[in-house]
Amino acid sequence: MSNKENRIKKTFKALHKENKKAFIAYIGAGDPHLDATVEMVCAMAEQGVDIIELGVPFSDPMADGKANQAAAERGLASGTTLRGVLEAVRRIRERCQIPILFFTYLNPILAYGAEQFAQDAVEAGVDGLLPLDLPPEEDPTFLKVMKQAGLATVHLAAPNSTVDRRQTLAKRSRGFLYYVCRLGVTGERTSLPEDLAEQVASLKTSASIPVCIGFGISTPEQAALAASAGDGVIVGSHLVNIIAENGSNPDLVTLVANRAGELAAAVHGV
Amino acid sequence: MWTLSGGSYSAVLMVEKQYNMPDARGRFGPYGGAYVPETLVPVLDEITKAYKAVRRDKAFQQEFKHLLETYVGRPSPLTFATRLSEQFGRKIWLKREDLNHTGAHKINNALGQVLLAKRLGKKRIIAETGAGQHGVATATACALLGLECHVYMGAEDMRRQQPNVYRMRLLGAECIRVDAGTATLKDAINEALRDWVTNVEDTHYIIGSALGPHPYPMMVRDFQSVIGKEARKQILKSEGVLPDLIVACVGGGSNAIGIFHPFIKDKDVRLVGVEAGGRGSDLGDHAARFEGGRLGVFQGTSSWVLQNEDGQITGTHSVSAGLDYASIGPEHAWLRDLGRAEYMSCRDDQAIAGLHLVAEKEGIIPALESAHAFGALPELVESVPEGGVIIVNVSGRGDKDVAEVARYEGVQL
Repeated sequence: MSNKENRIKKTFKALHKENKKAFIAYIGAGDPHLDATVEMVCAMAEQGVDIIELGVPFSDPMADGKANQAAAERGLASGTTLRGVLEAVRRIRERCQIPILFFTYLNPILAYGAEQFAQDAVEAGVDGLLPLDLPPEEDPTFLKVMKQAGLATVHLAAPNSTVDRRQTLAKRSRGFLYYVCRLGVTGERTSLPEDLAEQVASLKTSASIPVCIGFGISTPEQAALAASAGDGVIVGSHLVNIIAENGSNPDLVTLVANRAGELAAAVHGV
Repeated sequence: MWTLSGGSYSAVLMVEKQYNMPDARGRFGPYGGAYVPETLVPVLDEITKAYKAVRRDKAFQQEFKHLLETYVGRPSPLTFATRLSEQFGRKIWLKREDLNHTGAHKINNALGQVLLAKRLGKKRIIAETGAGQHGVATATACALLGLECHVYMGAEDMRRQQPNVYRMRLLGAECIRVDAGTATLKDAINEALRDWVTNVEDTHYIIGSALGPHPYPMMVRDFQSVIGKEARKQILKSEGVLPDLIVACVGGGSNAIGIFHPFIKDKDVRLVGVEAGGRGSDLGDHAARFEGGRLGVFQGTSSWVLQNEDGQITGTHSVSAGLDYASIGPEHAWLRDLGRAEYMSCRDDQAIAGLHLVAEKEGIIPALESAHAFGALPELVESVPEGGVIIVNVSGRGDKDVAEVARYEGVQL
């Protein structure tokens, strides 16, 4: 039942054995179109990326900054639906086994039907999801449905989460715990918060699962720095911006995969 | 798991016992809740706690009451509409929120929340606005109480409501233009939420309607329920009986829930909310959530939402910027399930006709939002016995809409 969760677990286990941190790459699904998404995911896997987060485009991405908003708009403009993203994962699975999580708002899944989604997602080869607007206590039934199907639900902890809250989030999160390292929305920033190591250390005392750090990490230097504090690093908007600038460039896939490879190497080198 | 509970059985139970909603988790039956990014969880908890405290705090309630009386000009009158009553053969009373300072009911909530923000020690206020009335009310309350104010407004709404944009600036607030998405209210709310998650430490977000994550739908309702409390006293004093019918327009639904709420236990008083029927029944041409929408989670709350089959929120249309929103306050959805309130829609042309009617018969130009309640009146009076008593909530005045009405009618000013 939980063999899908095991794809994430297996990845962390293998990394741990080699004493390496995980590099997680985010791109918006269907940006500029789903064929490119399939190619980019497979190419990034080849370049050493450990886990993929696929953004499911939503009309009202309230927790996202400009880069991901624009990516969602491009995704919707290319006709991307949740059904289409699942189909893209099926195509990816014919070629590679990199763990895939859906970074998503709740409503598209509710519209699809939570139980149907869970079943179809597992069947397609999705490993889990990060529901951005679903605090864990808000809908226990939904989370149970995901869990029973074998999908890992990753929760996000924030810098202003209280001690109690951190423990709850760490306990309920599956696969890993996503630490949103700053207040605010997704997007590139020029520096990392000063108290990052301290914050992550405090989270790790309550988490028995890996703690990965995201929001505002762009460069290999920042990624390496963040990796030294946690178990993994997530880079999103930076890759999304490369896609935005090269949407019609025939070298798009290579450009994105190479940059993701540099970031992965920086994280693995820690 | 997303089935609608309710129906008439629980309606009887809920209304006869004690209507005491939302529950501790901010739920109105299957609606409401707090579907937010994790960063907002601690601050919503903080607001919920602080709000519970001020609800019972005499000093706070006195200060709020004092401002409502001496600054807003409350109680707002209940005016007998003589000529409308003659025309319809029913006694029609108008609850005059249009006479409040700043011209609409929005000031009630804005003052309540700015007072709360001061208690929370916040220095900076943000708000979204559709028609501009909530933005003006928030800017006003911030000027009065000395807080910094930033108001997000969709570009399309800024165009429709130019005078309100400038009013906000005169009041010392910054009005921030939002071009994303459909450039209307929902996009302004997205931007305000993004600001809030970024500046949550020193900022309070004043949501303008009975919408968004818990505790907003409850808090906004409570601050607005002064409308219904006054109306109840006033109608008992003037007519000696409770009304047969209360009508209010519903965007997010704050003026409606404000006037409905104190009458919920009065089972014989019919409560009718009027949504924007826009220019037609196709998705995108209206804002009638109960007619074209279905259950969804949008901007922090679970309620009826206008969306396509993939769960993407669809654009809406209404001649009135304040009703132009894809979702409806969760308590309205629950009252509808209970059978305690009814909802209908009124098209743009009917609302415009309603505006003319009240303007010409009573000398009151209502806001285009409120005009929807009047647009529904010809149909609604049929179900009220002759000589019956009706209260229409005039949620705001129409000065801000004069140019938009002229444009709608092809008149060059």
